[in-house]
Amino acid sequence: MSKTLTLNKITSQRGISVGDAAAKIADLGWNPSYVQEAMTYPTDYKITKTPKDPMKQVLRSYFPMEEEKDNRVYGALDAALRGDMFRNVEPRWIEWMKLFLAIIPFPEISAARSMAMVARLTPGEELRTGFTMQMVDEFRHSTIQMNLKKWYMENYIDPAGFDITEEAFGKCYATTIGRQFGEGFLTGDAITAASIYLTIVAETAFTNTLFVAMPSEAARNGDYALPTVFLSVQSDESRHIGNGHSMLMSMLKEPENYQLLERDMKYAFWQNHAIVDAAIGTFIEYGTTNRDKDKESYAEMWHRWIFEDYYRTYMLPLEKYGVKIHHDDVHEAWKRITEKMYVHTVAQFFAVGWPVNFWRIEAQTEKDFEWFEHKYPGWYAKFGEFWKWYEKLSHKGSKVVTFNEEVGYVYPHRCWSCLVPCLIREDIVVDEIDGQLHTFAHENDRWTAVEAFADEYQGRPTPAMGRFSGKREWETLYHGVDLADAIVDLNFVRSDGKTLIPQPHLRFDDKEMWTLDDVRGHTLMSPLKLLRDMSPADREQHLADYRAGFTINKCN
Amino acid sequence: MPATSSSVGSGAAGAAVFADSDSRKYRYFDPRGKRASHYEDMTVDVQPDPERYLIQDWIIAFPNGEGAYDKSATKALSSNWHAFRAPDQEWERTHYQRQSKIESLIQGVISNARKFGVHRKFDKAWYKILQNQLGAWKHAEFGLGTSLMQAQRYGYTQMINNATLTNSSYKLRLAQDITLYLAEIGLDIDGWDDSAGKNTWLEDSMWQGTREFIETIMGAEDYLEQYFAINVVFEPLVGELFRSGFMVQVAAANGDSITPPVISAAEADYERNLANTIDLMDLLIRDEKHAAHNKKLFSGWLKKYEKLAKKAATGLQPIWSLPHSKPISFSDVQEVAQERFSKIKGELGL
Repeated sequence: MSKTLTLNKITSQRGISVGDAAAKIADLGWNPSYVQEAMTYPTDYKITKTPKDPMKQVLRSYFPMEEEKDNRVYGALDAALRGDMFRNVEPRWIEWMKLFLAIIPFPEISAARSMAMVARLTPGEELRTGFTMQMVDEFRHSTIQMNLKKWYMENYIDPAGFDITEEAFGKCYATTIGRQFGEGFLTGDAITAASIYLTIVAETAFTNTLFVAMPSEAARNGDYALPTVFLSVQSDESRHIGNGHSMLMSMLKEPENYQLLERDMKYAFWQNHAIVDAAIGTFIEYGTTNRDKDKESYAEMWHRWIFEDYYRTYMLPLEKYGVKIHHDDVHEAWKRITEKMYVHTVAQFFAVGWPVNFWRIEAQTEKDFEWFEHKYPGWYAKFGEFWKWYEKLSHKGSKVVTFNEEVGYVYPHRCWSCLVPCLIREDIVVDEIDGQLHTFAHENDRWTAVEAFADEYQGRPTPAMGRFSGKREWETLYHGVDLADAIVDLNFVRSDGKTLIPQPHLRFDDKEMWTLDDVRGHTLMSPLKLLRDMSPADREQHLADYRAGFTINKCN
Repeated sequence: MPATSSSVGSGAAGAAVFADSDSRKYRYFDPRGKRASHYEDMTVDVQPDPERYLIQDWIIAFPNGEGAYDKSATKALSSNWHAFRAPDQEWERTHYQRQSKIESLIQGVISNARKFGVHRKFDKAWYKILQNQLGAWKHAEFGLGTSLMQAQRYGYTQMINNATLTNSSYKLRLAQDITLYLAEIGLDIDGWDDSAGKNTWLEDSMWQGTREFIETIMGAEDYLEQYFAINVVFEPLVGELFRSGFMVQVAAANGDSITPPVISAAEADYERNLANTIDLMDLLIRDEKHAAHNKKLFSGWLKKYEKLAKKAATGLQPIWSLPHSKPISFSDVQEVAQERFSKIKGELGL
């Protein structure tokens, strides 16, 4: 038998185990005795059990690992340029990245900030190491995404929209939905925001659609930069999911948390569905040029990741602890995505509002219709004529689709809770908060705004819970303002002072591009203000008509 | 395959010329210099606020009505919180590159030294010093790291919060580096007690002034006060005093060539964090409307924390007598620390 040569015998050095290293680092904390830490972000939850750190990673291995990940990402971006990626990339796809990448760095950095909130109120020090790494991870995600966006701006055919990105994020009627998402991570009850809404629902359930499904579609459209960045981002998420699960196990140790857990799981699941599915569903289904019938639709992916993986294997087991799970909400979300065509109504809404966006939206055409009908039976009857209208009215000189009565589209009410409009018309609900009338996309949205975000829940005081605030209905800001003036105020105008940043087509030609003059003469209105100004009888009739829906006229 | 959705068959820059087809710079903020740095492009305005673009204001509030970020999180006032740019220009890639390099360097030093038994030649009294005193110090660094982690939640702009976040990351890395360094050399040293450092930190009278200082920072509710207390007061008067004034300078005379490289990365970290802090404080002290208010506020913080620093440093003084070889006296290093502190104060006009 020949002797095996092993370098290990020469070079090996006795070391400490990963478990020992994690334990020693967890022991860095202590209970202060001179001055107590201030509980600056309170919670109504009771957390007494010290959560475990499932990852047991230390910074010594973390930083080199992340640097290596970065090297691969930045190497891939260089390679993409050398491979002339942009010559073949589909503008239909990249245009939607103007919206997506305007939104996502803010929720990411909000997640970094929110780690401070959970770290302070979590007993023990073990999981603080996990929170520390998540904080630095989120800083990574936010800035690596800003870098990708800059890279698109420098290399894509039409940089307009990328060049005003963070300004647009604060102003646009579509990004308001993303702000609800990001602010939800770091405002209000610290556990509700930073643990349930962020890690236990958004990261555990919905990052699959965000960071896995989207990259696949990007690659189908010639964009292999986004997959490189976002799969690298997603590789950090398992750490965050572990943090969330560990916190959840600690919460479950206290029966008095169950009522709040039930509330927050319901709120977080429903709102993540309403927001993430609206945005990511639209990007994937409407930003693509690939109509391969063998690929999964967004609905199919949702069923696999959210319904099968998350609902069945993560949410359902919570019942054995005695936490009530709202099965009906999960089924209702599925019904909205399939039968009620939620994603398609959102894409339609974004298209109707194109003049107040900051990216281009191209019409869907015959080759898209067949795929949609195949994946979503009944789609053509509901949306086919609309997209024909949209294409027809995409030419400069047409009456803008937003205000064109010939089309038959009725501009929707905005949901006061998720900020996506009330697009499934029959589900609109109204209710009052502090004597003011509000509109909601669904009963669950009404429940969120009226019952969950309040100082009392089912008779239990909830002093730490957040409140909905601000000018939540975007349309209120420009009630009675001419469309062209609103666009100027939004700064969604190119630097020639007249050509709009948004365009309803992908024709890269000045002669085809809409200017302020092409949209002037139409007055924006707030549906909510109009509703509030109605008499009770008129309001009731209006809502009945709204629930009955609208019919898109035939486009000849 | 050409881009089918493009009217010109390509999605590449320059494939067509039209309005703003050459607009290839972010145009929503004013760069500090002639051209925006990459750091500015990655950082500025990612955290919005009602003054910069949130036309709907914050759309979720805390029960007291405050939005996600509120200027009242510090007593300092500014007529333009958005003006600050961190001189270290750190964004994710530069942060990971730097942290990773430090980790590799430290691991290389420890591993090589252990291979050749360098630590077995340390003076015997020095073992105890590493175990107890450096072992205690790691908790101070950890306390600073967690304080800064808390502070990075509150700043009014992305630039302030990211500078605070990276500062926290550096401190937490150092706390872990010391922990693992001591644990690893401890494997080879008979009678090594890895828990002695924490006991020293919690119970030894020499350390109680430092612990009180750290806990006061941890307990402060004003994020800028925490940032100020750490980088303007604690670091020069206690941090550098102990790290460089004792561990780095005394180690070699006691046969220890490992500890200085493990510790000295922290001094380079501090140079960067100090530069960030000075720039921010200077901006506030020279504020066109609030200079007097801020100066008074900072003077108050200085008074509060200088007192704690004096107590902490005095408490640590006996440590300089512990080693067999004493190449430098406490009074010498304290003089250096005071000089450094005076320069920082002088720069800020405090």
